[in-house]
Amino acid sequence: MENIIRGKAFVLGDNIDTDQIIPAKFLAYNPSDPAERKFFGMYAMNGVPAGQTGLPAGNIPFVRPNEFKSEFTIVIGGKNFGCGSSREHAPLAIAEAGARVVIAEFYARIFFRNCVNGGYLVPCESVQRLVEKVHTGDELVVDLAQCTVTNETRKATYELKPLGDVKPIIEAGGVFEYARMAGMIKR
Amino acid sequence: MPGMTITEKIMAKNSGKAHVSPGENVWVNVDILMTHDVCGPGTIGIFHEKFGRSAKVWDKDRVVIIPDHYIFTADDKCHRNVQILRDFVREQGLKYYYDPEFVKNEPGMPSPYKDPTKTNYKGVCHKALPEEGHVRPGEILLGTDSHTCTAGAFGQFATGVGNTDAAFTLGTGKTWLKVPPTMKFTFHGQIPPYLTAKDLILAVIGEIGVAGATYQTMYFAGEGISSLTLEDRMTLTNMAIEAGGKNGVCDVDEKTLQYVRHRSTRPNWEVFRDDADAQYCYQRQWDLATLEPLVAKPHSPDNRDTAHNCRSVKIDRAYIGSCTGGKITDMIFSASILKGNKVKVPTFVVPGSTEVHADMKRLNLRGVPKDTNEKSIEDILLDAGCKVGPSGCSACLGGPADTFGRLNGSEVCISTTNRNFPGRMGSPTSAVYLASPLTVAASALTGHVTDPREYVTQPIETGTAGVL
Ligand code: SF4
Repeated sequence: MENIIRGKAFVLGDNIDTDQIIPAKFLAYNPSDPAERKFFGMYAMNGVPAGQTGLPAGNIPFVRPNEFKSEFTIVIGGKNFGCGSSREHAPLAIAEAGARVVIAEFYARIFFRNCVNGGYLVPCESVQRLVEKVHTGDELVVDLAQCTVTNETRKATYELKPLGDVKPIIEAGGVFEYARMAGMIKR
Repeated sequence: MPGMTITEKIMAKNSGKAHVSPGENVWVNVDILMTHDVCGPGTIGIFHEKFGRSAKVWDKDRVVIIPDHYIFTADDKCHRNVQILRDFVREQGLKYYYDPEFVKNEPGMPSPYKDPTKTNYKGVCHKALPEEGHVRPGEILLGTDSHTCTAGAFGQFATGVGNTDAAFTLGTGKTWLKVPPTMKFTFHGQIPPYLTAKDLILAVIGEIGVAGATYQTMYFAGEGISSLTLEDRMTLTNMAIEAGGKNGVCDVDEKTLQYVRHRSTRPNWEVFRDDADAQYCYQRQWDLATLEPLVAKPHSPDNRDTAHNCRSVKIDRAYIGSCTGGKITDMIFSASILKGNKVKVPTFVVPGSTEVHADMKRLNLRGVPKDTNEKSIEDILLDAGCKVGPSGCSACLGGPADTFGRLNGSEVCISTTNRNFPGRMGSPTSAVYLASPLTVAASALTGHVTDPREYVTQPIETGTAGVL
């Protein structure tokens, strides 16, 4: 795991549920088939109501129409990010689009677990609410060792909560890699 | 050391420890792993990738596969996904798989079965799991579906996981869990005839919010819960996830034991109860006599209001179905209001399982086997003008555009399902009110949100429906 991740911010609000992150009609794609998996990138955040994608302006798509990759690397959310359905397609879709980190006030449990165990995204929690402080398109630098995120566009640094118990799993790259290193499953 | 809760005791047992405390991470043995057609293909893919193409599951009698989500659709990929499940079942020699038949219909969609009494297909996994004997007190059930928490109604620890977690368990029989603190919700009194467990859980979620139980256990206790049927208790635990709960749990009583003894595929299980000095991180009590029929307004399950306050809201459609509101008792609740009346708006009925569908044909309105000249529950619903589709998830989660009952425009729908997030039942411009089957049926008759007390005058008998 690298400790420094830089890139553009994409800002969303509270209670972004997994139906918004990847609507049910796209779940028929098989994530284990590389030819189909890339469509999860294309449709990531497809269900977020238009006015609420890319705050504060809104109406900014996470992924442009007919593209597979997003220009945004760091997703900023408010409370209860990833609530609802347990679909692992949600963190997978965000990661498939090219994002690396989500920073939210707090997460719904299953989404958080899927990010960590599947090794898709680093789910950071901010100490203070960032939704109104960061604008979509701002250049951010996340420092996982120092537990900070710096907004280079607006010249401000904010604290992140330590990753805690799950850090070793994130560092290993997911639960399989972690269990192999711990000798729980064969290499 | 302080006493333990049901959830803590189950985690202690399955991790081989004498005592566990909230916040502790434990590796536990999993008793049953369930997956379905939406998350199964991804889970199987990860299993093959990580354990190897010739790997075997840890225990072929503990893996249960229940296709249910995208069944009543002509979509090719959805049918392909079911084929991936079939191939895996064959490859691994799995014992418990419930295959849709895809009977060709004209015109249009292949139906998952012809006759609900003569099919191996079941329908919604959370309804099928206890019916098929995979749910037992004191065990740990994981499922690749957030409503796996439903099975907590039977005094077990049941929770939803993602594909990676499920693939890990498939290969190892284990998972890591953080022991959750328990919130205790106590209901006093007996359930009045105009309420169902749906009103209780909407009251709870309205109180604590959609993230109010994040990482926590929701324990439903008190004589009010004992007064509920097992099926109605499933409505409570089913929606624990709508408050962010890790699991929901109810005490085991004679009703539970009778059902599980009759159904279980395994003979032994252990019943746990909270110790007198068990610790709770939150407690709240309700008196059932003071609760009113409730709805959750768009677009969040915690957007609580009374049905009465929403009486001016016009609806375009009613939907009775899903793991929350598609059980046989839900059908009896709805039919008892619809009986002899005509719906004013299109009303879609989707049985939660083929057993529910068979019982809709077999039972009368009192929940006992009907005489030859008596109307069945299904007859009553059809006479009232409802459309009855085959068992499955159907429009509860929107699904492919041709899904039965899907909201394809800006409809306002009142529904017995569990989620009303933007676009959950299809179109992002639609709006969903969540309510009990009584409130949904009453609203279907008037065309606007309606308090069922206008229709329910005496207790609704459910007989033997959903009991054994
Ligand atoms: S009925 Fe709805 S909530 Fe229940 S498992 Fe199916 S899609 Fe999920």
